[in-house]
Amino acid sequence: MSEYKWRYGFFLGCVIPNRYPMVERSIREVFEELGAELLDLPGASCCPAPGVFRAFHIPTWLVIAARNIAISEELGVNPLTGCNGCYGTLRDAWYDLEHNPEEKKHVNQLLAKVGRQYKGNLEPKHVVQALYLDMGLDYLKDHIKYKFTDLKVAVHYGCHIVKPSDKRPWNGEYEAPEFLDEIVEITGAKSIDYKDKFMCCGAGGAVRTAVKEVAADFTREKLENMRDAGVDIIIDCCPFCHLQLDLGQVEVNNFYKDIIGEPFKIPVIYITQLLGVAMGIDPNRLGLIKNHDLKGVSPFISIDPFLNIVKEQLT
Amino acid sequence: MSDNVEKYIKRKSYTTANSRIAQKFVDAGLEKIRACINCGTCTGGCPSGRRTAYRTRSAIRKALTGDESVLSDIDIWFCSTCYYCYERCPRDIPVTDMIIKLRNIAVEEGYILDSHFSLANDIFYATGHGVPATGEGNKQWRALRESYGLPALPPTVHSYPEALKECQTLMKEVGFRDLLDNAAKLKAQRKAEAEKKAEEKTKEEKK
Repeated sequence: MSEYKWRYGFFLGCVIPNRYPMVERSIREVFEELGAELLDLPGASCCPAPGVFRAFHIPTWLVIAARNIAISEELGVNPLTGCNGCYGTLRDAWYDLEHNPEEKKHVNQLLAKVGRQYKGNLEPKHVVQALYLDMGLDYLKDHIKYKFTDLKVAVHYGCHIVKPSDKRPWNGEYEAPEFLDEIVEITGAKSIDYKDKFMCCGAGGAVRTAVKEVAADFTREKLENMRDAGVDIIIDCCPFCHLQLDLGQVEVNNFYKDIIGEPFKIPVIYITQLLGVAMGIDPNRLGLIKNHDLKGVSPFISIDPFLNIVKEQLT
Repeated sequence: MSDNVEKYIKRKSYTTANSRIAQKFVDAGLEKIRACINCGTCTGGCPSGRRTAYRTRSAIRKALTGDESVLSDIDIWFCSTCYYCYERCPRDIPVTDMIIKLRNIAVEEGYILDSHFSLANDIFYATGHGVPATGEGNKQWRALRESYGLPALPPTVHSYPEALKECQTLMKEVGFRDLLDNAAKLKAQRKAEAEKKAEEKTKEEKK
């Protein structure tokens, strides 16, 4: 495709490129197919993570975030992230700097020391925001080639895609958003309601690094509620939630084996992987097919049950 | 904000309260903490409070009244920053931001967990990533990237050493390096004091 309808600066963050590269591959493929060009942001760093590094030192968090946004500004494109954590940082920093001219001046004084400048004229966006608000459901529907006939999905939004709601683009909706369910359902899959659907996965806010058992206890509660609702797979839109629901599932099975009964084995799939297969993109190009014999790498919970459903239903 | 809330923010009982922490909130532009009526809505919606000893209301109360144990307790590190307290506070207090600020003050005072210090110092400061793919211990992750048709390292600081230097310059200029060094010093001091105390106690018991 030579003409692109949209252009974004693809802000990778940490967990997507360095732990779940299949998510990176699927975002790149789906956006290309939808006519959106993703430009690399050379030399971008950790966003830095909003619950952990911001909690250590707000000024450090703000200036490094501003540097990351500035790299996208130099290319003249909106920063785009597939991670709720990066979204939280880029979006909050952008909002905070726009509402505090003094702070913006200070940040630019610091950035000048490394030859950069932050303008703030390009709103940071989430992959799901680009899909839902920039492209729109109708546009996405036009690209669906195959539909699932019987796939029950537990949609997990995560926190920072909707909250704090005054700094997000969803018209203040945070208690029961529906945009991600709507994207899931254009693939023919059914989004199943489950108890405390909008609850946090437990990983964020430095909790996972502090005490894994506490983070895993959040995850246990979510997984029990998902299993009670009878879902086939989990769909999310954040790699840190993804890690917590995937690797964390193994940890829950280990830490809480005495109270959960059967071990959990629910496949965790990122939204662009689901959308991609329905758009007819080869699963190989969506990071769904394992072609290595590496040990101790993601995904930690087998996604074969999902691939079998794809094989059975998407023809 | 209603006039009523304005009144609470300005009320004298707290402006004259001898709370160093509360003053730091005011200095940081978070004077809204004074509008807290301790209703407990924050704690009620908190998914962390359901499984840990962390009580948002109690943390805010301690901050307001100058109880500095709130800084050394591990509890404030159990907040997963899900923002329900921020969204639901009937007094419009940005509660989650308060907790983040409390953590900033705690780190300044040297109260930072070993795992968090290592993440900040050995990983974030050293590599520019919070979760890196460089080093011998991460070679399987680079191989995983390649197995999905991506370059072994992403086009981030990992591929641009001068970009990492840029981040480290910024971190030094903004005071992050000094903050970490100071926290390490304070941690070591407290550890030495605790060991000395324990030693004296054993001596005392032997007598």
